[in-house]
Amino acid sequence: MSDTLAGCLQALLLVAALTLSYRPLGDHLARVLTATGHGRVERLVHRAGGVNAAVEQRWPVYLRSVLAFSAVSVLFLYAFLRLQHHLLLSLGRGAVPADLSFNTAASFATNTNWQAYAGESAMGHLVQMAGFTVQNFVSSAVGIAVVATLIRGFTRKQTDQVGNFWVDLTRLVLRVLLPLAFVFALVLAASGVIQNLHGAHDVMTLAGGHQSLTGGPVASQEAIKQLGTNGGGFFNANSAHPFENPTALTNLIETYLMLVIAFALPRTFGAMTGDHRQGYAIVTVMALLWIASLVTVTVNELHGVSSAAGRAAGGMMEGKETRFGIWGSALFAVSTTLTSCGAVNSAHDSYTPGGGGMTLFHMMLGEIAPGGTGSGLYGILILAIVAVFVAGLMVGRTPEYLGKKLRGREMKFASLYLLTTPALALTGAALAMALPGERAAMLNSGPHGFSEVLYALTSAANNNGSAFAGLSANTGWYNTVLGVVMLLGRYLPMVFVVALAGSLAGQRHVPVTAGTLATHRPLFIALLTGVVLIVVGLTYFPALALGPIAEALH
Amino acid sequence: MSTPGLSTPARDRVSGGLLDPGQLVRSLPGAVRKLDPRVMFRHPVMFVVEVGAALTTLAAAETPSVFAWVITAWLWLTVLFANLAEAVAEGRGKAQAETLRRARTTVMARRLTGYRPGAAAATEEEVPGVDLRQGDHVVVEAGQIIPGDGDVVEGIASVDESAVTGESAPVIRESGGDRSAVTGGTKVLSDRIVVKITSKPGETFIDRMIALVEGAARQKTPNEIALDILLASLTVIFLVAVVTLQPFALFAGAGQTLVVLTALVVALIPTTIGALLSAIGIAGMDRLVQRNVLAMSGRAVEAAGDVNTLLLDKTGTITLGNRQAAEFLPAHGVDIGELADAAQLSSLADATPEGRSIVVLAKERHALRGRDEGELHGARFVPFTAQSRMSGVDLGGAAERRSLRKGAATAVMRWVRDNGGHPTAEIGHHVDGISASGGTPLVVGEVLRDGGTHTARVLGVIHLKDVIKKGMRERFDELRRMGIKTIMITGDNPLTAKAIAAEAGVDDFLAEATPEDKMALIKREQAGGKLVAMTGDGTNDAPALAQADVGVAMNTGTSAAKEAGNMVDLDSNPTKLIEIVEIGKQLLITRGALTTFSIANDVAKYFAIIPAMFAAVYPGLDGLNIMRLHSPTSAITSAIVFNALIIVALIPLALRGVRYRPSSADRLLARNIWVYGLGGLVLPFLGIKLLDLVIQFLPGLR
Repeated sequence: MSDTLAGCLQALLLVAALTLSYRPLGDHLARVLTATGHGRVERLVHRAGGVNAAVEQRWPVYLRSVLAFSAVSVLFLYAFLRLQHHLLLSLGRGAVPADLSFNTAASFATNTNWQAYAGESAMGHLVQMAGFTVQNFVSSAVGIAVVATLIRGFTRKQTDQVGNFWVDLTRLVLRVLLPLAFVFALVLAASGVIQNLHGAHDVMTLAGGHQSLTGGPVASQEAIKQLGTNGGGFFNANSAHPFENPTALTNLIETYLMLVIAFALPRTFGAMTGDHRQGYAIVTVMALLWIASLVTVTVNELHGVSSAAGRAAGGMMEGKETRFGIWGSALFAVSTTLTSCGAVNSAHDSYTPGGGGMTLFHMMLGEIAPGGTGSGLYGILILAIVAVFVAGLMVGRTPEYLGKKLRGREMKFASLYLLTTPALALTGAALAMALPGERAAMLNSGPHGFSEVLYALTSAANNNGSAFAGLSANTGWYNTVLGVVMLLGRYLPMVFVVALAGSLAGQRHVPVTAGTLATHRPLFIALLTGVVLIVVGLTYFPALALGPIAEALH
Repeated sequence: MSTPGLSTPARDRVSGGLLDPGQLVRSLPGAVRKLDPRVMFRHPVMFVVEVGAALTTLAAAETPSVFAWVITAWLWLTVLFANLAEAVAEGRGKAQAETLRRARTTVMARRLTGYRPGAAAATEEEVPGVDLRQGDHVVVEAGQIIPGDGDVVEGIASVDESAVTGESAPVIRESGGDRSAVTGGTKVLSDRIVVKITSKPGETFIDRMIALVEGAARQKTPNEIALDILLASLTVIFLVAVVTLQPFALFAGAGQTLVVLTALVVALIPTTIGALLSAIGIAGMDRLVQRNVLAMSGRAVEAAGDVNTLLLDKTGTITLGNRQAAEFLPAHGVDIGELADAAQLSSLADATPEGRSIVVLAKERHALRGRDEGELHGARFVPFTAQSRMSGVDLGGAAERRSLRKGAATAVMRWVRDNGGHPTAEIGHHVDGISASGGTPLVVGEVLRDGGTHTARVLGVIHLKDVIKKGMRERFDELRRMGIKTIMITGDNPLTAKAIAAEAGVDDFLAEATPEDKMALIKREQAGGKLVAMTGDGTNDAPALAQADVGVAMNTGTSAAKEAGNMVDLDSNPTKLIEIVEIGKQLLITRGALTTFSIANDVAKYFAIIPAMFAAVYPGLDGLNIMRLHSPTSAITSAIVFNALIIVALIPLALRGVRYRPSSADRLLARNIWVYGLGGLVLPFLGIKLLDLVIQFLPGLR
């Protein structure tokens, strides 16, 4: 089978698998988020946490719960890392330095999973399991919980209640993430991903040298790392490491896992709002952007060969694993940057300027195609609100989306959301480029060096977590700044989304008439895509021009 | 009365008059005055441009160059053009305000102290009109100006309201009833009335009108605020994008001057819509004023665009004011011509519109010439009274006499029976049939006295029916396509109402409507999340007018109604409600279209400015210069000049409003996206290229 055929087939297989899971998973999520009863384990958890599961929260209370839970997560993880040497299964690893601990704690609690450390040499098994893996579950659930409030904002009327955070969190972990992660951990383990509690093994390589290989509970962490769009690898090499991602099959499974929830959430949106067409419209926009990106990156890597080594290999194989090839690498790279996953199976830094630039551009779009678990949907819904606002005016009515009017208050929150991420990414990158010391952390010069810095800040602000490499990011400055950017980039938008949800839930429903803007037709899909590209994408055009575009047009 | 909208069904654009070039010049001083930063601060987008212009002025003064000064000049022009748009929009109201001011000249009032209805003993004193308080009574006689707003409590007079309505035909104002309101500044032409003052000094109707048309009372509307927020946030995003660009550029070895960076900011932020936003709002209000509708707030105009349900009074809105004869139905054995003749004769003295319509029908259908009353010898006309409920004529002498009566079915049939006739059952069928179809049956009877013998018989039935105004059905179809439901309000019985509703094509009706029913209907619709618009004139309409989201009071109505509504129609034409909705929609569409246009413009500007900034250090970026602009300076200048000129070019559109054709949301959106979205994407590529073709020959910019 030729590479092209194999590549196309695996992309088609992936699309087919995602299509098949769209309905059952989306409907399941909708049931979980609207169910009234509580399971036995859930009641136990509620009792243990002192949660009154019968009571719904007003939006400020819900928001405070999200923020408090996340704050505790950061502090807990920070303490864990600082005290690692006192804990079990530490494999003799020492305490993690303060700045790196802060960066890592912020990183895992915010679903970013930016890693300024190398997992196999810095972290013990307990930190990986009880610290990181737990955050992989809950940070993902927090994202879905937040989008649930926004959907409820649309479906409820004249109420100030948007749900109960603790109930949502418990259910999402117990009824969705745990079972799926469990099944796929077994699948991955069966496909060759390791799962043990071993320490370092000294092995003799074929060439006669010595190599130290660390074992660990990888499969269990790998499943939720992908499923919850976390992306923090057990090993430094992340999904390029043969213990994490041994074969083309596991590569496909891992790609599927990072996309599956985010692509199914529009179905949840459609199911909860009682109009599946709304879900189809949103998922169509997501899919269009994803497919267009996949084609662009793959073509760039196959044909935009920019190095001698690349020409020799018949494509840009530098920085890519031969077991995945260009097709499998591009598929993974596109998916990981269009979601907030950030796991990598190849070095984005070594891509062609066009392909590498696209991975940067994907994050800049706000990670909405399909985006992180929960964050992708609320991201695109905010853009849909902006699109509806402009389009709604053009049909001569106060704009309304799903029967809710978009007035000053709603637009305020949507606008603030829109503002946050670019401001964080660009301001951070500008600071890094303006400070001589931080500029020195760049290992490359020229446009490529700049792209590396821009990538790091964009990745942090969008909670992606993938890195362009080529940047010595484990410095006090980068650890601190990136940590702060990750926290602001995660929680400020959440504040605006939950506040928006509250504002929408308080409204009554405007009935649909022939004068109402239809938000499920192709015209609206085209308009929303245009808004994504022009309103969000173009913001970064000047910066991109000095980085990847300058490099590509060299 | 001015021409109601209905008489010109071909109109597809609510136009606001063409922009007069002279007006631009006249508005210039006002535009310059608005450069005051304290005023500009209200418009975030243009405020940023003004700050940018100030900065480039400093930069150009420090390191002068032709390029720096040209950019500076055009940035100031951009701000000026925005102010000009607003000033022109305001200027159009100013002329009207002047006319109104003249009407407000101080008049002396004849105040009555101790006035009590019926009591003659009230002392009269002369006080200046401005000293009048609410509750004062004044007497106004022919030739005098009414000193303040109020209700007529005694007398009847014809009043010249042209100062307010611009309509020269006098109107009747009388105490009691729904035509009691008078407006200060209007002139009594005949008779004497006593007016109870209802307005506070300085808050009269004319005062408010002046404030409204001048835009002094203008507050930002909810939708305008929402759009402002979006535009402000886009402005901040682009500011951040450009400010942070400098460190990146310095790293690349292509640090930019303040002038270029400012130019980039101004090119990217949504200046087109930012500049025209307030002009669009003012012009929207003005379009209403030009149609003689006064909106008490911009909010009401916006709400009009959102209306889901229109409550329309049947009489005067859907049907012509009166019922008209449509058909003669002869009794068995009676020739139809004979019936028509009898009907005509019995209606000759009937001056009511119904009576006249019978004469007209007889002439049109049966070629019966209208006869003068004098032509008929010995004719004695019997006028209609509420007791007899019929009118008619007695012809001939005392010996041989022919009496004809037409009127309510029961009255005429009793008259025939009293005179010995026997109306057949067939007449009953006709009568019931007409009633069931929503019409009014009038029975025509005849009694012949020849000496002592009587022959009495029923000749037939006249079918009177409501005549639906021409074009109404099409209008309602249009409204339906726009997603607006129409409900007809009538005092008729449900049967009649149903028939008329079906014929007119309204979606629903409320029969035997009382003010309470109306109120309940409005509340029910609103509870379902709908916005309701209605017209009204009577005092008993006031609560419903206040409850409705858009309440249009007729100028002929009572002060209570005018107070309660949020719009007043000076022409008192209820059909105008439909036009008001269209103007509201057009206002929002104009905003949306120009926002889309403004944002879409950015693409071309990026392609002009970014390569100009960086092609020097990264020559490959010249590949982005797809317009093949001549040089960096000419490219940036072209983009900025285009950015400024497009504002001027769009002022007429902002004032006139974009074309609005009533149709479904989908079709409207498709059309506007094509025109303003795609147009906004493509037009600047052409415009900038054309400007560059000229600018590249200018010394200092090439």
